[in-house]
Amino acid sequence: MISCEKAADICTKAQYNEATFLERLKLKFHLIYCKVCAAYAKQNTKLTSLCSKANLRSLSETEKEKMKETIRRQG
Amino acid sequence: MAENQLNPNSWVDQYADYLFNYAIGKVSDVEVAKDLVSETFLAGLKSAKNYKGDAAERTWLIAILKRKVIDYYRKSNSKKGKAEVRMSLGYLDETEGDWLEEKVADPNGNLGSDSIENEELGLALQLCIDRLPHKQLQVFTMKTIQGISTEEICNELGINPSNLWVMIHRARTALMECLNQKWFNA
Repeated sequence: MISCEKAADICTKAQYNEATFLERLKLKFHLIYCKVCAAYAKQNTKLTSLCSKANLRSLSETEKEKMKETIRRQG
Repeated sequence: MAENQLNPNSWVDQYADYLFNYAIGKVSDVEVAKDLVSETFLAGLKSAKNYKGDAAERTWLIAILKRKVIDYYRKSNSKKGKAEVRMSLGYLDETEGDWLEEKVADPNGNLGSDSIENEELGLALQLCIDRLPHKQLQVFTMKTIQGISTEEICNELGINPSNLWVMIHRARTALMECLNQKWFNA
């Protein structure tokens, strides 16, 4: 038996494939009887698939620093 | 309208990734997109005195970026041939004919609309990400978008893994809430 808090924790890790097999098993079991967590897990998984579908890019910290520096010099 | 003011020092943190993703959607070249974002910030600085404050900062910067994108296409077209608009529809076989009518997208194929929808989704998502508190934003972006490993992020930011997971968890919960109206219920 795990708490809802623990379940949410595992669920988040599982989104990045960083939950262990035992953790995932505990989570699965928890989700059977806890409807609140089950709904949460469903949305969390959906967010993961949205993130990969959106194919977002991000500038690295060094690139951002460079831009900030340019703005400071011009401003 | 005094509520809209320019604050160039926070531009990069607040808008760089949004503008970057917007630009990639338009020019599909990462390096060009990067340059366009820098140019947008510089142009913004230069014309800051013309900012009247009737549009939000983000909207104003996007308007500048849009012009930069148009300029970019204008330049790349004039390099190829004067006063001639060249379109390359690389995915089409030459044998399909020169008529424009033959080159329009297949209305039944949803490939096109899919990529547009994903682009919109990406920008909606980025908008929500930009609203996160700075630390959460940083950790979430590194982990989810840049795909950096937990260990590396912890080293770089000087936090321990349980800190990291707490921040990721909070960020994700906030994102779900933010996206809820627009995408989950659609």
